[in-house]
Amino acid sequence: MKQKYLPLTATILIFLLSYALCIAQYPNMLSTRVIGNLLTDNAFLGIAAVGMTFVILSGGIDLSIGAVIAFTGVFLAVVLEQTSIHPLAAFALVLVITTLFGALMGAIIHHLEMPAFIVTLAGMFLARGMAFVLSIDSVPIKHPFYATLKSLYFKLPGGGRITLIGGLMMLVFAAGILIAHRTRFGTNVYALGGGTATAKLMGVPVASTTVRIYALSGLLAGLSGIVFSLYTSAGYSLAAVGVELDAITAVVIGGTLLTGGSGFVAGTLVGIFIQGLIQTYITFDGTLSSWWTKILIGLLLFAFILLQKGIIRLSRNGRQPA
Amino acid sequence: MTSTVRTYLTRLLPQLIALTIIIVAISMIFPGFLNLKIQNDRLYGSLIDILNRGAPVVLLAIGMTVVIATKGIDLSVGAVMAICGAVSASLITSGHSLAETLLVTLAIGILCGIWNGILVAVLDIQPIIATLVLMVAGRGIAQLITEGAILTFNDPGLIFIGSGSFAGLPMPVVIWLLFGILVALVVRRTALGMLVEAVGVNREASTLSGVFTPVLLIAAYVLSGLCAAIAGVIAAADIKGADANNAGLWLELDAILAVVVGGTSLLGGRFSIAASVLGAIIIQAINTGILLSGFPPEFNLIIKAAIIVFILVLQSPRFRAAFTFVSIPRAAGKPTEREAK
Repeated sequence: MKQKYLPLTATILIFLLSYALCIAQYPNMLSTRVIGNLLTDNAFLGIAAVGMTFVILSGGIDLSIGAVIAFTGVFLAVVLEQTSIHPLAAFALVLVITTLFGALMGAIIHHLEMPAFIVTLAGMFLARGMAFVLSIDSVPIKHPFYATLKSLYFKLPGGGRITLIGGLMMLVFAAGILIAHRTRFGTNVYALGGGTATAKLMGVPVASTTVRIYALSGLLAGLSGIVFSLYTSAGYSLAAVGVELDAITAVVIGGTLLTGGSGFVAGTLVGIFIQGLIQTYITFDGTLSSWWTKILIGLLLFAFILLQKGIIRLSRNGRQPA
Repeated sequence: MTSTVRTYLTRLLPQLIALTIIIVAISMIFPGFLNLKIQNDRLYGSLIDILNRGAPVVLLAIGMTVVIATKGIDLSVGAVMAICGAVSASLITSGHSLAETLLVTLAIGILCGIWNGILVAVLDIQPIIATLVLMVAGRGIAQLITEGAILTFNDPGLIFIGSGSFAGLPMPVVIWLLFGILVALVVRRTALGMLVEAVGVNREASTLSGVFTPVLLIAAYVLSGLCAAIAGVIAAADIKGADANNAGLWLELDAILAVVVGGTSLLGGRFSIAASVLGAIIIQAINTGILLSGFPPEFNLIIKAAIIVFILVLQSPRFRAAFTFVSIPRAAGKPTEREAK
């Protein structure tokens, strides 16, 4: 087996193993209802994590996505409450805004040569601030179209439901996998993650790729915000705090190297599933407190980093004699 | 000596100018801003308030500066603050003496630093992920210690650290002033600072030239952990309780920002602790100023983001390059001044 598939395989194995352990203890966890809920509950995180995967593959980081999700939710709630435009038009409008916002951050990162960490941190303040300016209250969304969208689902055998947002997340992951491995843009992202100087020498358009990566992340954060507003039926400027960390964690657990250049979008999906599984297990158990989620995820993160280190060391040793 | 003073002033000039502009701007909108008065042997006033409120971020920024100078970053400081606040609260409520409590708390902070340091220096993990582990898990650990509740205490000794005063200054200010001076002296009056900068510029080259990099790296993270522990005790003492959920939340970002506003590059190398302290005070002054000047608090974050972007754009290499024709004489003069020191 190729070495680059090792982290991904390990992630999938750990997921299957832990799921098997969960089922051994609580047989009900095998039901399609649990799987359907796993998809629905983590839809917004998953969509945002696809964008984060591209950013991290390119060697960058995007701290603004949680704030962008909150902004999107508040924007939709306020627009739908105060104007009479159709939600679909509002969706299109907000996606344009968040995409431009991401593109602007990408442009600043590239043209002013500033670290992505700091630029997206300022972006996080800005997006959260814009959300506050729109409304500091939690604004409910009562538009009938939302109820229609929420009632759409695909029924699985066994009573589980794949809701619209759960299905959307799977579609976004499929699209992400296609973009990463079957388009020129995807190849450029991997090249950029391998090293900016090398990428430039290979003829990768560094400027436009960087801008597009962050624009994509902004677009997906906006989409994630729409999903989040469907999920909660409200817009609140303090919502989705720390989602960027959950997304980064999912990406790392999914086997993507934080240094960039190596990893898979599909791995992120498994990373999301593992996080969701831990939460589901804690809900099933009922006696464990929610803070165990954080500790367990922290430990998992540590285990995966060690695993990646080991693989890199192995591959280096393997390469030297050749 | 005069040349040393001048070097320091040139280094700190942008931060001093920024701080002056912000303070002048606030005092124009809010006339009573610069007033200071003495009550019960303690100075009161908005300026003192800025120094006092800024104490946790200033402390974090001191440790963060050294970590960033080694080309690292410490995302876990907020979580370490929460852990240490929880530890001190649970120890003092279970009847331990103040000295024991403080000693154990600081030791826990150091332990967190050693953990981060080993991950970075020995296991060779990228600092941003290595410290992410403790950032994610730390808050859970803190909640485990407080058992999910907010642990309150009323030990006068511990509360004194948060709200007492010494020599007319609030205790937190005294603590960060003394600690900052101590760290600056240790780092600058010995070769340590230079070695830290060497590691930050090129870790491999420093190792080859005989610098014992692992110990130096671990020491940097230990310092950061210690700073976070002190900040955690102050934050807990200030509200007379340990809140595992909110203590130090997002302060790591403020601390990193303070270091960047202070002009230390995130790419490691040359650093200035005084500049980072000024950076932290600038951020706190912006916060306090926005509150005082009667802007709706909703605009708080936007104004903060705008000011930060402005300062960062001024510091960006591209922007500086565009203006090199203005600053060539100074830029050429700088290295020699530095060497003269």
